[in-house]
Amino acid sequence: MKIVKYEDVVQRVRDACIYATHNLKPDVVEVLKRARETEESEIGKKVFDQILENVEVAKREDLPLCQDTGFSVFFVEMGQDVKIEGGSIRDAIVEGVRKGYTEGYLRKSIVEDPLRRKNTGDNTPPVIHFDVVPGDTLRIVFEPKGGGSENMSALKILLPGEGKEGVKKFVVESVKKAGANPCPPIVVGVGIGGTFEYCAFLAKKATVREVGKRNPDPFYAELEEELLEEINKLGIGPQGFGGKWTALDVHIEVYPCHITSLPVAVNIQCHADRREEIVF
Amino acid sequence: MEEYKKIKTPLSDEDVLSLKAGDAVLISGVIYTARDAAHKKLIEEYEKTGKLPIDLKGQVIYYVGPSPAKPGKVIGSAGPTTSIRMDPYTPKVIELGVKGTIGKGQRTEPVKEAMKKYKAVYFATVGGAAALAAQKIKSVKVVAYEDLGPEAIRELIVEDFPAIVAVDAYGNDLYVEGVKKFAKA
Repeated sequence: MKIVKYEDVVQRVRDACIYATHNLKPDVVEVLKRARETEESEIGKKVFDQILENVEVAKREDLPLCQDTGFSVFFVEMGQDVKIEGGSIRDAIVEGVRKGYTEGYLRKSIVEDPLRRKNTGDNTPPVIHFDVVPGDTLRIVFEPKGGGSENMSALKILLPGEGKEGVKKFVVESVKKAGANPCPPIVVGVGIGGTFEYCAFLAKKATVREVGKRNPDPFYAELEEELLEEINKLGIGPQGFGGKWTALDVHIEVYPCHITSLPVAVNIQCHADRREEIVF
Repeated sequence: MEEYKKIKTPLSDEDVLSLKAGDAVLISGVIYTARDAAHKKLIEEYEKTGKLPIDLKGQVIYYVGPSPAKPGKVIGSAGPTTSIRMDPYTPKVIELGVKGTIGKGQRTEPVKEAMKKYKAVYFATVGGAAALAAQKIKSVKVVAYEDLGPEAIRELIVEDFPAIVAVDAYGNDLYVEGVKKFAKA
């Protein structure tokens, strides 16, 4: 049994909220730089230059990369041999978000009710996806998810017979429809299979994978590459001004599904592909 | 690589007509912030009283909801928000004298029509490049609707604020033409 202190979870979640919103991951910076070199549009190159300069300015001036510091989304894998001492894991994460967003001068973007729309004032509550796994490791992945890209998500239950081509068509059409709004160049998270709600979860989970890392199944790794190529033929380009790079990467997550259905979900992440992992 | 064109606010008809979709610009001078709530209030006030809290003639509106300013800073990160949310109000504010809007993403036809009719221009700035944008903002002052809190109308003084002309007063739309140029499918 591993004992993890409540206060330690609060502190590290707080720090992750601030760090992730101020610092872009090296894998994302790397792929942005590579894309800049091969972008064919002059305006597109200017966009890449500003995105890359922004990364430097955010670091130097201690400012969030984007003013939309997002909905705080967490993926928690809790080893069944981990015990949180001094409180619950959920409360610790909520408290960490509260502290991170207030002490870190991050924007508070959450309203307490979808129709009455009063701001909660501290960016809580987060959305937390829990999973219980064997072992004594507690792994928390934080993703501050911006509204502009999230609003371009889509889900459809295809007929099984539509198969791989049907999936490709739906994903490419969803990206096309999203156009300039999700702040391209984007990372496209695709969920295939599961049930209605699990498919959406898979698409979101796909967005937190490291850019450039392929699905371990060669069949889906190949489909990721095919989709990336198709999407980058759309011409939407950086910020939708036209260009070669509409997407930096496509990540697919899959799950078994019912014999009658073929669910597919698309969740888009903007170029400020922010995330942070905490491991106890 | 093309140069950036320097422009100063407020904008005249001549300034507007000299800009073409795809031009990269650096904006200096006063610009005003307004989002959905402030637009709604502006138009309601005008319809009720025939007056506006600020003179919109020749002015530029920036669609922004910054992150909070840290101690000692003028403003927090301040990149653009999605413009289409303002589209129901934009034709009217253009009719009332606004010559430029700054945001991100495509505009609807009624907005583009109003831009042609009254000579106005739509600038897009890079979504997500919000720390960079903040460096170009030199001062911030609330000038109307303080009760709206973060959505109050603020007067910003900017210096060399980078943007791209996305839709010009001739009806050219970079979001349409740029994509057409690079589409391979």
